[in-house]
Amino acid sequence: MNEQEKDVILLSHGDGGLLTHQLIQGTFFPGFKNEWLEEEGDSAVLNFCHERLAFSTDSFVVSPLFFPGGDIGKLAICGTVNDLVVSGARPLWLSAAFIIPEGMAIERLSDVVRSMSEIAGDLKLPIVTGDTKVVSSNDPENLFINTTGIGVIYPETNFNVKNVEPSDIVIITGSIGDHGAAILAARLGLELEESPQSDCAPLDFISTLLRPYFPYIKVMRDPTRGGLATTLKELAISGDVDFWLEENSINVKPKVKAVSDILGIDPYYLASEGRALLVVKNGKEEEIIKELKKHPLGKDASIIGYARAGKGNLFLRTKLGGTRPLQMLAGTPLPRIC
Amino acid sequence: MKQDSFGHPVEKYNLLAEHLLAKVLELGQKIAEKKGKKTKIMEVCGTHTVAFSRSGIAQLLSDVLDLRSGPGCPVCVTHQQDLDYMISLSRIKDVIIVTFGDLLRVPGSFTSLEKEKAKGANVHICYSPLEAIDLAAKNTQKEIVLLGIGFETTAPTIAAALSQALEKGLQNFSIYSTLKLVPPALEALLQEKKFDLDGLVLPGHVSTVLGSDAFDFIAQEYALPCVVTGFEPLDLLIGLYYLLTSLIEEKAELTNTYTHIVKEKGNQAAKEIINLYFEEGDTLWRGFASIPGSGLKLRTKYNDFEARYRFKKVEIPETGVFSGCSCGDIITGKLTPFDCVHFNNGCTPLTPVGPCMVSSEGACSAYYQYRQQI
Ligand code: SF4
Repeated sequence: MNEQEKDVILLSHGDGGLLTHQLIQGTFFPGFKNEWLEEEGDSAVLNFCHERLAFSTDSFVVSPLFFPGGDIGKLAICGTVNDLVVSGARPLWLSAAFIIPEGMAIERLSDVVRSMSEIAGDLKLPIVTGDTKVVSSNDPENLFINTTGIGVIYPETNFNVKNVEPSDIVIITGSIGDHGAAILAARLGLELEESPQSDCAPLDFISTLLRPYFPYIKVMRDPTRGGLATTLKELAISGDVDFWLEENSINVKPKVKAVSDILGIDPYYLASEGRALLVVKNGKEEEIIKELKKHPLGKDASIIGYARAGKGNLFLRTKLGGTRPLQMLAGTPLPRIC
Repeated sequence: MKQDSFGHPVEKYNLLAEHLLAKVLELGQKIAEKKGKKTKIMEVCGTHTVAFSRSGIAQLLSDVLDLRSGPGCPVCVTHQQDLDYMISLSRIKDVIIVTFGDLLRVPGSFTSLEKEKAKGANVHICYSPLEAIDLAAKNTQKEIVLLGIGFETTAPTIAAALSQALEKGLQNFSIYSTLKLVPPALEALLQEKKFDLDGLVLPGHVSTVLGSDAFDFIAQEYALPCVVTGFEPLDLLIGLYYLLTSLIEEKAELTNTYTHIVKEKGNQAAKEIINLYFEEGDTLWRGFASIPGSGLKLRTKYNDFEARYRFKKVEIPETGVFSGCSCGDIITGKLTPFDCVHFNNGCTPLTPVGPCMVSSEGACSAYYQYRQQI
């Protein structure tokens, strides 16, 4: 391989796995380096007039635009809202920018906008600014949406991966991989008896229910791109601890398992868009789960693992008692032959 | 009811598997005591390699079983020369390559389909080969080339695509066929007699097409026990249980434990459609010399649909030699990925040196993902 060949951007640079990590570390950080960016949180934490603000941005591309359980519009709102929520903030304002492909039916765009306004309305979140660009494209479905959100961080919030201690407990608010499986099944036109539904949903209920427990929450993340494995592996590395997961405790819906079996893709690497992963102080896990279960989106909350002293590893104890390491996603999961 | 460490109930399925695991371990120990060595078993199919590692069974039995991978990962057995040809096809103007995802990142001698795609090549990743037919119908000004790689399991779907192309009179469709047959490869492997296998776990999916009878020769001519089984943990353990029991009883027999899916004679309809469009021919495999009668070539009357004939003037780079990639020895069971000096030492899924690290079915990728301890 010559050097030039190495130098192009591959689709895998955008999958949230190892290549994305390398691109950020190797290309963006050296250019933009500053104290806020270096925190590498889902949102930047900004001190302003006695308040701590959370500031987060995300761009969305998804094919198909409409999928079982959601659409790009709902995803764009939930994605940014959830980044603020897992940073321990209350979302206040959103922006929305559109890069629209030439040839897209206005009706279709309106459907997306309607979906965004519905969900933003439910959340009582105003979209206060925006932008529109049109680009020439061969594909009228090639819509890009960027949303940015500002929130105010609750005084009780003290989330930092550095706070994770070896006895802490890992909780997830529900089943894993639903969104990733729904998208893959829809994109590939898999003929299944029952198609998986995306779990795309706002996580604001977590702050409502868990605020009194914020002092016991060490860190929170939403396992989107790269899935549970990549998200926890990143936490393990930045927190300099090991995490152990118990396969038997992790809820993978049968429909999701069916898709991952057909395609040979591990559900631990499939995205969720409506789940939160919490690392909490040992001893507080039962109370926290009890609270989460009060909301329909948290009814399947459960303990899935724990932290141990270590150096950045993520291990899975399989249902049969074997142990296997989980790595960061390396390259977009690709459907296999067979 | 038994619970895991977080108080979640353990399904009965897993309790059963635990019992069976203990039994298999016991049998393995018995053989090890008698023979003074671990039992060496080849799992022919890549999906089994992954299933053994992913479930943790390979790790839990590593004291008594020496599991080796076989020539059953479609991408891994594809010869470098074919890879280079396919990648070169993607560089031709107005060609749309239709391929399964696995192949995208496999390094050819100089580049990969993924890199060519980033540089502008039109590469469509399909789940079903029939997507190539839709593309051909919609893009009449373009040439659609379907990359036909895989085994007896994939061949019927590739044949179905050709059948539809003929029916619809699509002239802008062709196939680069490097489809392969598993039994001749196993035969070639067993003839080599270069290492002491004790038994084989046969490929479940391939057996559904061919039927278990197609593998009878292993027990009869090579006196090795073998088993047809599925992919769930319990399937794997049942397969191993039968295999080890045969070894203890010193019986060279083929056991089919997957009878609800695999029939003795296989799937006639699938075999017929393969036969209609393809005939056996010699083909190149990674890890072997050319194996007689181990490939599926389009029948002569369909030569117009073979990409090799349609695009004769393709510039193909001289096949480069990989320094020290042991894929060839790994897919013939001679080595395991841990024996390769590049494993996790330069060769990772992100920087794959050989195909076994790229394909999700590949042995090196499976060991990297599920077994290596950091
Ligand atoms: S580890 Fe890499 S170099 Fe070694 S055999 Fe596997 S693919 Fe080839």
